[in-house]
Amino acid sequence: MAAAAELSLLEKSLGLSKGNKYSAQGERQIPVLQTNNGPSLTGLTTIAAHLVKQANKEYLLGSTAEEKAIVQQWLEYRVTQIDGHSSKNDIHTLLKDLNSYLEDKVYLTGYNFTLADILLYYGLHRFIRLTQPPQPPATTTLINEEPLTWRQNPPPARRLTS
Amino acid sequence: MRLFVSEGAPGCLPVLAAAGRARGRAELLISTVGPEDCVVPFLTRPKVPVLQLDSGNYLFSTSAICRYFFLLSGWEQDDLTNQWLEWEATELQPALSAALYYLVVQGKKGEDVLGSVRRALTHIDHSLSRQNCPFLAGETESLADIVLWGALYPLLQDPAYLPEELSALHSWFQTLSTQEPCQRAAETVLKQQGVLALRPYLQKQPQPSPAEGRAVTNEPEEEELATLSEEEIAMAVTAWEKGLESLPPLRPQQNPVLPVTGERNVLITSALPYVNNVPHLGNIIGCVLSADVFARYSRLRQWNTLYLCGTDEYGTATETKAMEEGLTPQEICDKYHIIHADIYRWFNISFDTFGRTTTPQQTKITQDIFQRLLTRGFVLQDTVEQLRCEHCARFLADRFVEGVCPFCGYEEARGDQCDKCGKLINAVELKKPQCKVCRSCPVVQSTHHLFLDLPKLEKRLEEWLGRTLPGSDWTPNARFITRSWLRDGLKPRCITRDLKWGTPVPLEGFEDKVFYVWFDATIGYLSITANYTDQWERWWKNPEQVDLYQFMAKDNVPFHGIVFPCSALGAEDNYTLVSHLIATEYLNYEDGKFSKSRGVGVFGDMAQDTGIPADIWRFYLLYIRPEGQDSAFSWTDLLLKNNSELLNNLGNFINRAGMFVSKFFGGYVPEMVLTPDDQRLLAHVTLELQHYHQLLEKVRIRDALRSILTISRHGNQYIQVNEPWKRIKGSEADRQRAGTVTGLAVNIAALLSVMLQPYMPTVSATIQAQLQLPPPACSILLTNFLCTLPAGHQIGTVSPLFQKLENDQIESLRQRFGGGQLEETFDLKAKTSPKPTVIETVTTAGPQQIQALMDEVTKQGNIVRELKAQKADKNQVAAEVAKLLDLKKQLAVAEGKPPEAPKGKKKK
Repeated sequence: MAAAAELSLLEKSLGLSKGNKYSAQGERQIPVLQTNNGPSLTGLTTIAAHLVKQANKEYLLGSTAEEKAIVQQWLEYRVTQIDGHSSKNDIHTLLKDLNSYLEDKVYLTGYNFTLADILLYYGLHRFIRLTQPPQPPATTTLINEEPLTWRQNPPPARRLTS
Repeated sequence: MRLFVSEGAPGCLPVLAAAGRARGRAELLISTVGPEDCVVPFLTRPKVPVLQLDSGNYLFSTSAICRYFFLLSGWEQDDLTNQWLEWEATELQPALSAALYYLVVQGKKGEDVLGSVRRALTHIDHSLSRQNCPFLAGETESLADIVLWGALYPLLQDPAYLPEELSALHSWFQTLSTQEPCQRAAETVLKQQGVLALRPYLQKQPQPSPAEGRAVTNEPEEEELATLSEEEIAMAVTAWEKGLESLPPLRPQQNPVLPVTGERNVLITSALPYVNNVPHLGNIIGCVLSADVFARYSRLRQWNTLYLCGTDEYGTATETKAMEEGLTPQEICDKYHIIHADIYRWFNISFDTFGRTTTPQQTKITQDIFQRLLTRGFVLQDTVEQLRCEHCARFLADRFVEGVCPFCGYEEARGDQCDKCGKLINAVELKKPQCKVCRSCPVVQSTHHLFLDLPKLEKRLEEWLGRTLPGSDWTPNARFITRSWLRDGLKPRCITRDLKWGTPVPLEGFEDKVFYVWFDATIGYLSITANYTDQWERWWKNPEQVDLYQFMAKDNVPFHGIVFPCSALGAEDNYTLVSHLIATEYLNYEDGKFSKSRGVGVFGDMAQDTGIPADIWRFYLLYIRPEGQDSAFSWTDLLLKNNSELLNNLGNFINRAGMFVSKFFGGYVPEMVLTPDDQRLLAHVTLELQHYHQLLEKVRIRDALRSILTISRHGNQYIQVNEPWKRIKGSEADRQRAGTVTGLAVNIAALLSVMLQPYMPTVSATIQAQLQLPPPACSILLTNFLCTLPAGHQIGTVSPLFQKLENDQIESLRQRFGGGQLEETFDLKAKTSPKPTVIETVTTAGPQQIQALMDEVTKQGNIVRELKAQKADKNQVAAEVAKLLDLKKQLAVAEGKPPEAPKGKKKK
């Protein structure tokens, strides 16, 4: 999925009404957002975090210092590891690592749904479609032989008292 | 919490520098582990540094650890920091880990290391200087600074890898490096061993693969919309309102152009193309076209400008070519000089003079410089052993000898290198040597040669460079190449050759020798000027008043940066030396190289047959100008850039602006009543125009072209938002608004026509004719955006400027000119195929034999193409390909060319 389409989807799910226009830069088609007041923003996770703040949903970026750092760590993981690798071997290792990380967790930060979950979901989506024909509904498609816990019946997002 | 580090892991630098932020807020233990220890239980691959939090969670990303420390100290996240960290992770890190790996593990040096990170370093430098803040995310040091500093420190602490022209980066880096937490982190990690301290860690890492295609890219750096102050807006409005009256009078045309005291006198040279080769697109962008853009810009600034070039005509290759074609060397030069001149005329190159090196002036000036060097003791004599063919009565250049390789016994080794074992050979060591022309056996003879004593001139050269380089616009590669020659120490260089076709050596005992081309080719600039005006010395012996810009591809830097300056300094005749040496990198063709012998690539004389106008060629070549790094010509990209940038962006805007004036206002520019929004647009355009000037003053030709496209993008947006085509049908106020928007847009179009002049002179003139732009405004470009088409001005007939390029048109051109990919598969298969049938080597290659071979090559090429099209059996294809390659090789031999030119070298 092109980054611009992904960001538009994110806007919708955040409840942002006015759709932004994105341009793409360089051969990797890095998204650029031209904001009205101030300089443009470049990069998928940078823009995504900006949109979350615009929608007043900062809790999606984590609420404690620890959570915030973890969210950013997985956002970085998304753009460097998931988007960066394409060999079968790499993907296998990556899925194995994620699976083992999520074994005792509901979401990437533990129990709170965050932007990291959204962007990792989008990022992994292309591998799912590659390995499985599209018949089963997306929510029950398996990534691997072993199901990932966070993809099984995700509980509704909870708002933390921040 | 516990921090796991490892000896020499580069990630420890920023983490340790940031750890101080968390002090007093949490207890931090540090453990050292081996580079291959898996600390994080869920990660398959080892990773350090890692921070284990008290909750049991792990942070395994270096930036995330630093971020956590900053968050603990109460810092709040912001967009700009996020953007820098994302850029660091996705762009800087891949480039940097490749560079560190080359440097530390593979022991590479210089440009091999710097090349992969230069773009990233330049990005930081530009951002710092553009935003005018001492730190990356504002006035104070913050997370982004620490993370980037820590990543860069191992490389940049060696001044050799911190390019001096990146001054903003320089001072940012120094500021951070002197701060206490950073200093301590550096000491802990590098242990005063410099970058080598990273060796134990990096050795254990897999070799980083630089991301695909990262090295060759045609994509621009991003442009950010700057924030404008009220003052800037007010100034832009004032300048706009003054309009045409602020234009100075046009400089009268002089002939000949001579330096004028008190004016800026700009002398521009383009490397002299060698006469017996038709230049390809890479040659054209490397020198003549780049220099032309600058010359035209310089004239738009009303600087007193002389732009010269000419063909380089002496040397072995000309003699050989003459033998092949059955002409005299002079006839060959006359013939090819015209071919060159025609090509450049077609490309609209604005030489003030296009001369040649085979003139009496060349002899006079070369001999004068030589005499002065001789009198002052800068010329040495030495004996050299060389092969001489008695039958042909001449000494043989290395590539005119063949024989048995002294190392591996291969029968057809060339005089300079064996094709079989690849070893370099000294021609006199060949067993059973044969003259390639007559096949008789040459004999070894000692012969006297003259050498330029460069070691004796080295000190003067260094002094001169020390005065010239700082603050000049020498390109980074030119500085680098010159510096590396000096670092290795200069050696005496032979300046004579046993040839007839050259400048005679005026010394007893050297009557049958001539000067080696690289001694006298650069003197060609002087003699060409001398043929243009008898007052040539006012340009060439006038260093105080003349600013000399020399354009070339990077392989020519040593001759212009070292050899000629040494000759000129040694001659002690107050010569004008190069102030700005502008060298390009290489242009590739569709991911391969241009190759005349393989028929791959577009050559100057063929460009005209493509049906694509010269200005489109100019635009695309300048858009991908290999400025700072290699770039690639691609047919698909040409189509894309033509259709998106020229047709949809630039052409569309200029055409719409003009059409609105014609259609809605009867061809007269309407009254303009500027709103605050319009004033902001004025200021944005002014800013971009100033940016264009800054870039072109620094000869950043490719980047400045982006400014033009940015302005027209602003213009398109402006029209789109204001919808004059709707407003013209509305109320009185709406109609007035439509007038203002149209008037402002058409004035932007007029400005663009002038900015475009250096790049696309014909298109520029067409726009100016369509808009009836007043003459002085056509030929002068100020640093402010003026209203040059005031209300009431009548424009001419407007018509579209560009044509769409269609896919099948481009596809057929790609097939006609060959694609790199196809050729590469040929080569690969040929290597695995059985030894091809050997056809008797042609001994004397007359034009008929060459023609016959050429026909065979064409025929065989068709066979291969047909087989491929039919998807024939692989072995069958490989066998036919092998035949084709063999034929091509024979043809190359017959033409007196080495079968394949060695990579990156030029025969000079």
